[in-house]
Amino acid sequence: MLCGTFMAAKARQWPFLGPSHPLNAPNPHRLPSTVAREDEHLLVAAAKRGETAAFEELVSRYEKKIFRLTMNITRNREDAEDAMQDAFLKSYAHLKDFQEDSRFYTWLVRIAANEALMRLRKRRPNQFSLDEPIEGDDDLMPRELEDWGPSPEQRFAQTEMHEILSEVIDKLEPDFRVVFVLRDVEELSTEETAQTLGISVPAVKSRLLRARLKLRQRLDRYFRQGGTN
Amino acid sequence: MNCKSVISELSNYLDGELEVAVKQELEQHLVDCEECNMVVDQTKLTVDIFCDSELVALPPDVQTRLHEALRRKFSEKET
Repeated sequence: MLCGTFMAAKARQWPFLGPSHPLNAPNPHRLPSTVAREDEHLLVAAAKRGETAAFEELVSRYEKKIFRLTMNITRNREDAEDAMQDAFLKSYAHLKDFQEDSRFYTWLVRIAANEALMRLRKRRPNQFSLDEPIEGDDDLMPRELEDWGPSPEQRFAQTEMHEILSEVIDKLEPDFRVVFVLRDVEELSTEETAQTLGISVPAVKSRLLRARLKLRQRLDRYFRQGGTN
Repeated sequence: MNCKSVISELSNYLDGELEVAVKQELEQHLVDCEECNMVVDQTKLTVDIFCDSELVALPPDVQTRLHEALRRKFSEKET
């Protein structure tokens, strides 16, 4: 299936990218995915000059990922939509302030994460603080280990796997979930995650370890050979 | 290195942030300890599965409202 980005790109021409640019090629959807990253700065520059089509292209390119991020943090569709919409509108309004010392996408993720966190704090004021420290001396050693067998992810249909992952991440405590989503799903660096959340690098590392171990433990129920599901 | 140390260093190991000597020590432990080996493999798989997943689709009505909001913003800026 073709992604919306390249379908949209195919239907339009991007004069600011020039006729020889890969996105203006007859079949841009066949291009390697790295093209999307390589031309990001050109789209940003065009958007800064007032080319709204360039900004719309950036939105089309990242809207799905940003919705996944805001949904993963808030676990509430209404909040996720509001957070995503505000993130894109704010990034447009403040585009001139974007210094381009990081990728546009990373900057956007940080704005979207903050929008999502604001809504999560409102909805769950007592469950989510990010105030340090959460780290305790709890025993992290997993117990009653069992082999998951070869390729457990292939034993489930795609929809079934989505349900499992959704349930598992939904039950992870927000403090851990947010760190896991930013570091492992959105692939922000530890430092970027710490800056986005306003916590220390050691706190990010500690919560990431706990999040990974908790998710492993919860997936274990589904993935162990001859498991309960 | 014992099992407890392997678990505390697990994230650093998966992220390739361990010093060479510590990494070698940890990997030597993994050769001898089936349980730690299993934890490392399963945790790595957990991260990979979530990383590769498209957990939520963007609903068409949400997408439409986003683009409508953007166009309103564009026209505000033009006027």
